[in-house]
Amino acid sequence: MENLITRHRNVSILVAVLFAQVLGLAVQVKRAANAEDTRLIRIWTISAVTPLEKALIWMQQGTGGIWHNYIYLRGVRAENRDLKQEIERMRLEQVRLSEDAEQARRLQLLLGFKQKFISKTTPAQVIGSSGSEQSRSVYIDKGSKDGIEPDHAVLTADGVIGKVLHVYGSTSLVLLINDQSSGVGVILEKSRLQGVLRGTPLGGVAVERVMNDESVQPGERVITSGGDQIFPKGLTIGTVSQVNAGADSFLNIVVKPSANLSKLEEVLVVTGVETRLPAAGEMAGRVRAVDVLTQRLPFVPDKPAVDPKKTVATPGAPAQTPIVGPQGNVLRGATPGTVGTPNAAAKPVPTNPLTGSRPASPSVTVSGRPLVAEPQTVVPRTRQPNLGADLTKPASGPGTTPASKVAEGGAEANKPATETEAPKPTVVAPNGLKPTPAAASATSPGSVKPALVQKPAVVPKAAPPAAKPEDKSAKPEPAPVQDKPQ
Amino acid sequence: MQILYTSQEQVEVYRFNLPVAVLVPLIALFLQAFIPSRFPFFAMFDLPLLVVIFFAVARRSQIAGLITGALIGLLQDSLTHRPIGIYGIAKTVVGYGASSLGVRIDVENVGARFLGTVFFYLFHEVIYFVVAHGMVSLSVQWSWSHELLAAIANAGVAVVLFAVLDRLKQRA
Repeated sequence: MENLITRHRNVSILVAVLFAQVLGLAVQVKRAANAEDTRLIRIWTISAVTPLEKALIWMQQGTGGIWHNYIYLRGVRAENRDLKQEIERMRLEQVRLSEDAEQARRLQLLLGFKQKFISKTTPAQVIGSSGSEQSRSVYIDKGSKDGIEPDHAVLTADGVIGKVLHVYGSTSLVLLINDQSSGVGVILEKSRLQGVLRGTPLGGVAVERVMNDESVQPGERVITSGGDQIFPKGLTIGTVSQVNAGADSFLNIVVKPSANLSKLEEVLVVTGVETRLPAAGEMAGRVRAVDVLTQRLPFVPDKPAVDPKKTVATPGAPAQTPIVGPQGNVLRGATPGTVGTPNAAAKPVPTNPLTGSRPASPSVTVSGRPLVAEPQTVVPRTRQPNLGADLTKPASGPGTTPASKVAEGGAEANKPATETEAPKPTVVAPNGLKPTPAAASATSPGSVKPALVQKPAVVPKAAPPAAKPEDKSAKPEPAPVQDKPQ
Repeated sequence: MQILYTSQEQVEVYRFNLPVAVLVPLIALFLQAFIPSRFPFFAMFDLPLLVVIFFAVARRSQIAGLITGALIGLLQDSLTHRPIGIYGIAKTVVGYGASSLGVRIDVENVGARFLGTVFFYLFHEVIYFVVAHGMVSLSVQWSWSHELLAAIANAGVAVVLFAVLDRLKQRA
């Protein structure tokens, strides 16, 4: 042996050096086996040992099989029948469990999905490449000292170019999207088909995992889908240049990157990504569907400001109380024993009794509940004695209409409920119950547009300007007459 | 009796001083990493491979050739994101083969250098493909037209490069 090595010293050294490098590769490389990365050397060792073990087990089972399959056959038929029944029962159970699992997975995806927005970027300069056609990557002049981390997206003004693969002190390695080991979750802008963008051996990029029966047109824009949790959604990748039928019933969609991957100089590294909803300020200028719907509803003119000197209660005279139905239309204005009714066209601007502020935008209510949950600043209540107390009861007290007071809001919310107050619109739900203050405020006269014409207002008598406590000696007022909701 | 395709007087062994032996491979690696970022077509050249062939043929020592190839190949692997050792294995074998060939064939003339470089470039690519695809399971595509074109291009560069590096040789 020693003479063999000595006689072929050069070859021995060559073999030794090659073996050392192969061993190094085996220690580095990991192969995905059963959703787990395993080192190549472990795979090789196991591959060398397990065949022997399998052979031994096979011999053992063969010997045992001869006894069980040909000699010991008692009760095999009955056992076979029992096992078949068991299999049928388990198949049914499996179907049920798989449906539950699929639903749980969908719900989990829904809960876990959050749209991400770029909040911070770092500019960098491309200083070099890997120098190999098999490795399409570049080096940039920013590293861990500059806040760069692995899996940071890298892009230019034209589009996405890749992601950070390795980070060092003052430099980083960026894997380009046209490398074969790269993968980007993408979506086609028009057809909304999702796929995976991969590099080709010749340095191009193509979208995979799109079925053959899908329609994809050249010129369609390709953007990131955000599904890979690396590239935020909506970033430009390129445009479809060619669509061919690929292997395995998938399309081969060739994409022309919008960024020039062969001439990169300055790039941007996405170092901050936020998971948030658009701020309220971002909604300014955008037309919401609820606004469009609201504009189509019948209009109720704003109520003019009520002069306390002119508002006098007229006992027994039915006052004008516009009642807003569930569809937002005013049914009839009538409130018995309330403050003299001003002109129906002259109504004060409605305000939210809870906040004291006017609603930012009108909203549509259905069955007394608002469709859009508008952000409302909560202001502590000052003095609203009957606010919300009797909202579910029809107005039957002496001159009190709590729901109308809720709808009025504003300065009048601070006044106690008196029979000398002006009639207020009453919101009625289909079940006859009065809605909550929030809903009532949402259907204030300024926000709804009734279809019916109100009765002419009754001129009230003069009333004292100061707020007066509730007059218990006042005659009871008849309940307001309400039309049937339309 | 060993057959040689050259006269005995022409088989000379050269050596290089330490700065040249260290700096030339490093410069080749640097240029290989830097130039393609500005001129993408330059990625088809393999300057480190040409340097390995030159040193192995000049030294005519199999051990020196394989060690030179191994070191330069490992350094070239370090610049990529692929596992370290693929280029190392390929250039180790090329270094051993080039030094073995240098003992038997006169590689001083232009024609021999051109053909030798074509052969060793293709040999290097085959080894790289086998190791990358067969051992590491990387997705590597082989294109004969591309490889032949690259081999001829590299051979053309090698002729010029070897003529420049000849000035750095020292007779042993």
